[in-house]
Amino acid sequence: MSAPVSMTVNGRKVTANVEPRTLLVQYLRDQLGLTGTHVGCDTSQCGACLVHVDGKSVKSCTMLVAQAEGAEILTIEGLSSGELHPMQAAFKEHHGLQCGFCTPGMVMSAVDLVKQNPAPTEHDIRDWLEGNICRCTGYHNIVKAVEAGAKAMGGSHAG
Amino acid sequence: MYEFNYQAPASLADATKAIAAAEDGKLLAGGMTLVPTLKQRLARPSDLIDLGRIAELKAIKVDGGTVTIGAMATHAEVGASAAVQQAIPGLSWLASNIGDPAVRHRGTLGGSISNNDPAADYPAALLALGATIYTTKRQLSAADFFVGMFETALELDEIVTAVSFPIPEKAAYQKFRNPASRYAVVGVFVAKTGGGARVAVTGAGPSVFRVPAFEAALDRSFAAASLDGLTIDAGELNSDIHASADYRAHLVAVFAKRAVAEIS
Amino acid sequence: MPDDAPAALSNGGGIGASVRRKEDFRFLTGQGHFTDDLNRPGQTHAYLLRSPHAHARLDAIDTTRALAAPGVVAIFTGADLAAAGVGGLPCGWLITDKHGKPMVEPPHPVLAQGKVRHVGDPVAVVIAESRDEAQDAAELIDVSYGVLPAAVEATDAIKPGAAQLFDEAPANTCYEWEIGDKSAVDAAFAKAKLVAKLDLINNRLVANPMEPRAAIGEYDTGSGDYTLYTTSQNPHVIRLLMGAFVLHLPEHKLRVVAPDVGGGFGSKIYHYAEEAIVTWASAKVKRPVKWTSDRSEAFISDAQGRDHASHAELAMDENGKFLALRVDTVANMGAYLSTFAPAIPTILYATLLAGTYTTPAIHVAVRAVFTNTVPVDAYRGAGRPEATYLLERLVDVAARVAKLDPAEIRRRNFIPTDAYPYQTPVALQYDSGDYFKTLEMALKTADRDGFEARRADAATRGKLRGMGIATYIEACGIAPSAVAGALGARAGLYETAEVRVHPTGSVTLFTGTHSHGQGHETTMAQLVASGLGVSVDQVEVVHGDTSKIPFGMGTYGSRSLAVGGSAVMKAIDKVVAKGRKIAAHLLEAAEADVEFSDGTFRVSGTDRSKSFAEIAFTAYVPHNYPIDTVEPGLDETAFYDPKNFTYPSGAHVAEIEIDRETGVVEIVKFTAADDFGRIINPMIVEGQVHGGLAQGIGQALYESAIYDKDGQLLTGSFMDYCMPRAANLPMFDVATNVTLCTHNPLGVKGCGEAGAIGAPAAIMNAVADALSPLGDIRVDMPATAAKLWHIIQSHPATHIPAQAAE
Repeated sequence: MSAPVSMTVNGRKVTANVEPRTLLVQYLRDQLGLTGTHVGCDTSQCGACLVHVDGKSVKSCTMLVAQAEGAEILTIEGLSSGELHPMQAAFKEHHGLQCGFCTPGMVMSAVDLVKQNPAPTEHDIRDWLEGNICRCTGYHNIVKAVEAGAKAMGGSHAG
Repeated sequence: MYEFNYQAPASLADATKAIAAAEDGKLLAGGMTLVPTLKQRLARPSDLIDLGRIAELKAIKVDGGTVTIGAMATHAEVGASAAVQQAIPGLSWLASNIGDPAVRHRGTLGGSISNNDPAADYPAALLALGATIYTTKRQLSAADFFVGMFETALELDEIVTAVSFPIPEKAAYQKFRNPASRYAVVGVFVAKTGGGARVAVTGAGPSVFRVPAFEAALDRSFAAASLDGLTIDAGELNSDIHASADYRAHLVAVFAKRAVAEIS
Repeated sequence: MPDDAPAALSNGGGIGASVRRKEDFRFLTGQGHFTDDLNRPGQTHAYLLRSPHAHARLDAIDTTRALAAPGVVAIFTGADLAAAGVGGLPCGWLITDKHGKPMVEPPHPVLAQGKVRHVGDPVAVVIAESRDEAQDAAELIDVSYGVLPAAVEATDAIKPGAAQLFDEAPANTCYEWEIGDKSAVDAAFAKAKLVAKLDLINNRLVANPMEPRAAIGEYDTGSGDYTLYTTSQNPHVIRLLMGAFVLHLPEHKLRVVAPDVGGGFGSKIYHYAEEAIVTWASAKVKRPVKWTSDRSEAFISDAQGRDHASHAELAMDENGKFLALRVDTVANMGAYLSTFAPAIPTILYATLLAGTYTTPAIHVAVRAVFTNTVPVDAYRGAGRPEATYLLERLVDVAARVAKLDPAEIRRRNFIPTDAYPYQTPVALQYDSGDYFKTLEMALKTADRDGFEARRADAATRGKLRGMGIATYIEACGIAPSAVAGALGARAGLYETAEVRVHPTGSVTLFTGTHSHGQGHETTMAQLVASGLGVSVDQVEVVHGDTSKIPFGMGTYGSRSLAVGGSAVMKAIDKVVAKGRKIAAHLLEAAEADVEFSDGTFRVSGTDRSKSFAEIAFTAYVPHNYPIDTVEPGLDETAFYDPKNFTYPSGAHVAEIEIDRETGVVEIVKFTAADDFGRIINPMIVEGQVHGGLAQGIGQALYESAIYDKDGQLLTGSFMDYCMPRAANLPMFDVATNVTLCTHNPLGVKGCGEAGAIGAPAAIMNAVADALSPLGDIRVDMPATAAKLWHIIQSHPATHIPAQAAE
């Protein structure tokens, strides 16, 4: 039943045999050990599983790994190396996380927002985060962090 | 999820063969409804035929007074298309406001209409704009395509390939989101076309429907005030813990007016 | 630092600074270790078969087909656990009823025996090589259910003819309990000039931390040691409850680890069946057993919150001065008693009904009721939000009855600032506070003076605008053990800390509290940094592992800093005291002449000194050392038992607009002025307030666990249970006033729950205020758009312009 899939994850080519019913998030967590991508719901709403597939934010709990054949995947683990990405740094500076569970998806979502809209307003940010649920922060500091992260990403950083 | 066979044909012809050959096959477009359904074990297909590799289904083009969108164009691609934005801004806005950004990056026009969720947005646009649905077997009008709740005229081995929308004089879409799921409790697409005003409603009933009384009033004068005092019958509308049929009927009138006001 | 800062804080470093969190790097880079991120070698996967019925006899369970399914390792049912002598899930709090009898405490089997009593009640566990295979097999288990009628609403469950959950609980009643002087209350009502009355529902909520629960059990066949990895706010409590009552394992053979915990809000306090199942089963199958909840499962297996129905009356004199309060509450316990459930509507609710006021006589009657719903227990605030909501809505009704401004009636009845310590008529003694100040701060920030103009402007836009005030008092820092014991707690509620100073002067702090988002690794490190004069980076905080920490009662009830932080301060004092002896030896001075500040031991009035690091080194390399009188090493442990509860307080002001066409509520502005005592990390405190406000607003406007009459949960996923999103909430205006707690070394009160306590009443008072032009209308939470539209529809709109122009 298993079939081979191959893709690029965080810049590294990977190949595996998977059951067709394997979700992308299961592959990332269980087979690649990339446990920064989380599962917070089963109805595609919370966004804890959000990763970038070919440069776009996608809920990895609502995608079969087979659908990602040949794709470029970026997870939170690949967003930066050593130094924090400006968006990660902004979340730390503005206390945009508490328990940290929604955080990877939230950061990946915010990075995609800024790629598409380099100077988002508070309204833009709240609207964009429709698909990312945080239960800890009340979003106040997340909004501040994304505003600051967007400013910091302006200029040279492509995300 | 239950186990299934997965196939990703590269051409429409292969996809057609695959779905016809499968014992109990299902077509996989963006997967935004199907994958959660499988995860909850609410469906048990023998085969999934993934349409994601078929390049010919993704085109978006505007010519000769119509906007034609390939079945596998994502909501984000439709929303980001400058040509669509210029031709039918209301359709562009609708596509840009389905679900959330990550859903829009995967969800497709073809997937949405083939599923015909009563709370989906696209069916309102198709019906209001008098769109034509192209499939591997034929072409259908929107009125013939949407049959009932989660039900379309599609045959089991028939695949939607594209939808063409006649460009109206103007059009707008307004919706009231379910506070939890964010699907449309009520969505109203209003279009002023050469053939008159058309008003289509999603979310409120078992399937998308038009409101002739509103259309007649708007034909007399295309202004929000024309709808003052008009209501629709709540008798046939959906009712659930989020919204009663009365509330939905009221919202149809409110959001129809808001849509008209936006473009008049 | 203020003059009254404790001596240990006098070096200042760290305390009061918004130190950025030490834990953030790993969370931001995906390197956190949540329970489901862990995998043990050779692990198997558990899937729980759960009841689809709210109430049914378990007539037969046939696992034959399932056992033959691919990948299945084992299947266990309630009968297997009973045969093995596995005990039921214990309740940690005994309430004695108004007749002096203990509450009815029916057994809570780990896997159902004889009957199932709520949708989601676990019936069997399948252990397989993969989770999918376990679930595949579970579908092959044949269960014969004899479906019974269900009792769902607590107020219905006590009526004659209602379905009965337990033979030993007639009328489904767990207890009838009361507090206060009923005759004094009756006498006050008899002479009252004015009376305000209110019926209300406190809606049932689902905590929904973003991390679903998970558990891994592991058994070492060589040593006989058990390890449980679990999503818990208090691993020692789980070890105690599961070890002593369920699996009969001694503490030294059972290790409980709670790694990074992704939110809890109370729902991860309790000992759950799945923890016992995976631990017990790991020994049976001799392999690790992992279980991870999905969200749908969480909705029917995580303890839920609130669910009260109350009637309240407030007696006043002609000036609106409160004379007496009478409250009658029916509290829904759900199908079984969760760990702390009986204490919530009693000890943590009724005792808070004095609020911020001098009401001299109060009587509260509480009836706790079993129903065929998921068990109910503490959820952020735990009893205190219910008390505040009832009282503050009642005070707004009282303001209308007395024809007083809502702020003015509160001022008239506030406990005077010079009245502390203040003994309420419902057992608590408040140590400090200034409710006038926080109310004025909130009203000023909220621009109450400009409100009527904004209301009039809103009316011209078809909007109903309202402003609502709520003040609150909490009882946090749970609790003096003797008091808790007298009230029925079956555990102590002290906290522990071990400050281990290493030879080079860095420090590891072991604390029995456990962060699930509160930033303890930073805040606690700030305490150590301040106390010992080291940098925050030199302090590592260890928590969440019974094998490392002396003991602990965990994190809930805003207790971590007030109780856990106090234990840290005690341990620091011991370290400094020992260090002073070593320094005296090295400096050839009398111990009494050695003082310690800013990380330096110094002989008073001289320049002779030794750094903290030098003393630490000497303690571990005791060549020149007072070895006859002082042991080597520098590692001190303290247990701190609180002397009283702490009493955070504050005032919240909400300003909202209702769209008359749709009923949608927009929060225009939300202001919170809180008094948490001394603040260690203002950034973290603000974040705690924001999060609490969001949950309080969620309760007021969006969230509700709704069951149908058969006991099916209609809001069983995020598709139907409305979680607040970013677009539902405004930026918050938060500020703090400081009155110090008088009885703990830090002067801290706790901040974790305040937002969830004040916000619901503030929002709902604002909603009621917005609707006031339509009449005096009962609105229960959540004030959804649909509900408000129906209310607006059913009241003539013609009243609005005239009223709005007032």
